[in-house]
Amino acid sequence: MKILVPVKRVVDANVKIRVKPDGSGVDTANVKMSMNPFDENALEEALRLREAGTATEVVIVTVGSEKSAETLRAGLAMGADRAIHVKTEAPRIEPLAVAKVLKAVIASEAPDLVILGKQAIDDDNNQTGQMLSALLGWPQATFASKIVIGAGTIDVTREVDGGHETLRLALPALVTADLRLNEPRYASLPNIMKAKKKPLDETSPETLGVDIAPRLTVLKTTEPAGRTAGIIVASAEELAAKLKQAGVL
Amino acid sequence: MTTLILAEHDGKTLNEATAKALTAAKALGAPVHILVAGHSISAVAAAATRLDGVAKVLSADAESLAHQLAEPLAALVVSLAGGYDAIVAAATSTGKNTLPRVAALLDVMQVSEVSKVLAPDTFERPIYAGNAIETVQATGKLVLTIRISAFTATGEGANAQVETVSVPADPGTSQWLGAELSASVRPELAGARVVVSGGRALGSAEQFEAVLAPLADKLNAAIGASRAAVDAGYAANDMQVGQTGKVVAPELYIAIGISGAIQHLAGMKDSRIVVAINKDADAPIFQVADFGLVGDLFTLVPELVKALD
Ligand SMILES: Cc1cc2nc3c(=O)[nH]c(=O)nc-3n(C[C@H](O)[C@H](O)[C@H](O)COP(=O)(O)OP(=O)(O)OC[C@H]3O[C@@H](n4cnc5c(N)ncnc54)[C@H](O)[C@@H]3O)c2cc1C
Repeated sequence: MKILVPVKRVVDANVKIRVKPDGSGVDTANVKMSMNPFDENALEEALRLREAGTATEVVIVTVGSEKSAETLRAGLAMGADRAIHVKTEAPRIEPLAVAKVLKAVIASEAPDLVILGKQAIDDDNNQTGQMLSALLGWPQATFASKIVIGAGTIDVTREVDGGHETLRLALPALVTADLRLNEPRYASLPNIMKAKKKPLDETSPETLGVDIAPRLTVLKTTEPAGRTAGIIVASAEELAAKLKQAGVL
Repeated sequence: MTTLILAEHDGKTLNEATAKALTAAKALGAPVHILVAGHSISAVAAAATRLDGVAKVLSADAESLAHQLAEPLAALVVSLAGGYDAIVAAATSTGKNTLPRVAALLDVMQVSEVSKVLAPDTFERPIYAGNAIETVQATGKLVLTIRISAFTATGEGANAQVETVSVPADPGTSQWLGAELSASVRPELAGARVVVSGGRALGSAEQFEAVLAPLADKLNAAIGASRAAVDAGYAANDMQVGQTGKVVAPELYIAIGISGAIQHLAGMKDSRIVVAINKDADAPIFQVADFGLVGDLFTLVPELVKALD
C-alpha cells in the first residue's frame, strides 16, 4: 500500500503572531515556521503503517514557496521515503486550489490512502481533505483518532461533537488526522542527515495544469477585540460576591 | 436569491446550532429554507418549521442518511444546490465534515467559521486560533460554515411547510460501524450559559469529576476541559475547548488549573465573564480573566462551592 501525506508549512504553534498594522495580513517575516502540527500526526501515522509492514511507501507533498522545501526535508527526516514539491510563489493558495493540485498529483502517484491534517493552524479552514476527497470521488473520514487497516478497507475512529464514531471506508480513501491520532516522533540527527539525500521532485501548478488563482478576496486582516486582565480577588467568598454582582449566577 | 441551511440534529431533536446558523443566514437578506437530512426525521423537520423566518423546510428521509455520512449528505446538498445562492451550515463536526465536500463539488471556495456577516457577500472569520480576524469577500454562489458561538439563536414563531425531496443514490463507499457518544445530564457544552473547565492540574479522571462536578451542579454548568486534560484521559474528547475543540462563548467561563495557552484561549475568549483559578500568579489565563483567584484549586474550588450557597 502506498500512502500520500500532504503537508503545509505554517507559523509555528508556539509563536505569538503579530497582525500588520496596515491590515494587510499577519507578519510571517522572521518568525519560526514548522510543519503544521496535524500534518505531523498524519505523517506519523503513515510511517507507523509502513513500519508495521502495512504500507510500502510514504510520499509527502507540499504546495508552496521555495521555502516549503524545508518542511519537506523535515518530513523526510521524520522518515518519509520521498517528497514532491509543487512550487509556487503565489502569496495566497486557497484549500480549493490545493485540493485541485493534489488531485493532479494523485493522478500520477496513485496512492491507496491519503492522510493529511484536519486543519492548518494558520487559516484554520478545515477544508482541504474534504475537498480533495470530493474531487477524487473517494470516501473520507475526518478528525481521525484511530486507524485500523483491513482487507481493502480502513476503519477510522473519528472525534465528533458528541464523542466518537467509527466508519469503514473502501480503499482508496482519505483520512484527516486529529491530534490524538498519535504522538509524532522527533527526527534523529542521523535521519536528518539521511533526509538530505532522499529524492525531492519539483513540479508546479502550471505543469500540472491547475489554476490556483484565489476565489475569495481578503479585504483586511485585523486584531481581534482584546480582553483586558481584570482583578485578582483575595478569596472564594469575594469571588462569589463578584459573580453575584456581575449578574452571571 | 434563496439560502439553504443544512440542519444540525441527532435524528431526534433539532440542535440549537441550527437556530444560530439561521440568524447568520438571515443576515444574507434572502428567504431561508432548512434542509433536514436523516432517517425518520419528521419530528426534527417539524421543529425546523417553527423557527422564525423560515420559508420552507425540506425533508430528505432515507436510510442512507441515517448517520449523516459526508458522501451521501454532500451528494444530497449538491443535488439541491441549483436552486440556491447560498448554502450554510453550523460549524459543527457534521457541518465541517460535509460542507467543504459540497463546496468542492460546486467549484466554490468555502468561507469557514463565519463570525460576522458584514454584507451579503462580506464576512469576518477568525484565523490563527482567533489571534487575527480576516474580512473576506466572495463572488458567486456562497458556501459558508457558521461559528455558532458568535450568533444568538433565532426564536420560534413560524409555521413553514415541509416538502419532501428525493435522495440521490448512496455511493456506498463508507459504512457506519458504531459510535460511543457521551451521555451527560449537564447542559450541552456548545450552548451552555455557564462552563466550568478543568486542566492538567486536576491530576486524574477521578479528581476531575470530584472537584468540578459539585461546582458545575451548583451553577447548572457544562463541563469543559483543556487538551492536556483530554490527552491525559481525565475528560472525554468532546469536552475539549479550544482551537481544535469546541468554541464556546458562555455568560460565565471558569478555567480551573488551566494555564491559558493560545490554543485554549481560542475556544473561550469571547465568553462574557472569565474566571481563572490557578496557583501560578503569572499564568497567561489571568491576562484574559475578569476575576482571578490565585491558589490551590483543591482547596479553592470546594470553598467556592460553599460560598455560592
Ligand atoms: C495544534 C495545537 C492545537 C491545540 N489545540 C488545543 C485546544 O483545542 N484546546 C486546548 O486546551 N489546548 C490545545 N492545545 C494545547 C495547548 O497548547 C496547551 O498545551 C494546553 O491547553 C495546556 O493545557 P493545561 O492548561 O490544562 O495544562 P498546563 O499548561 O500544564 O497548565 C496547567 C496549569 O495548572 C496550574 N496548576 C497546577 N497545579 C495546580 C493546583 N493544584 N491548583 C491550581 N492550579 C494548578 C499550573 O500553574 C498551570 O498553569 C493545542 C496545541 C497545539 C500545538
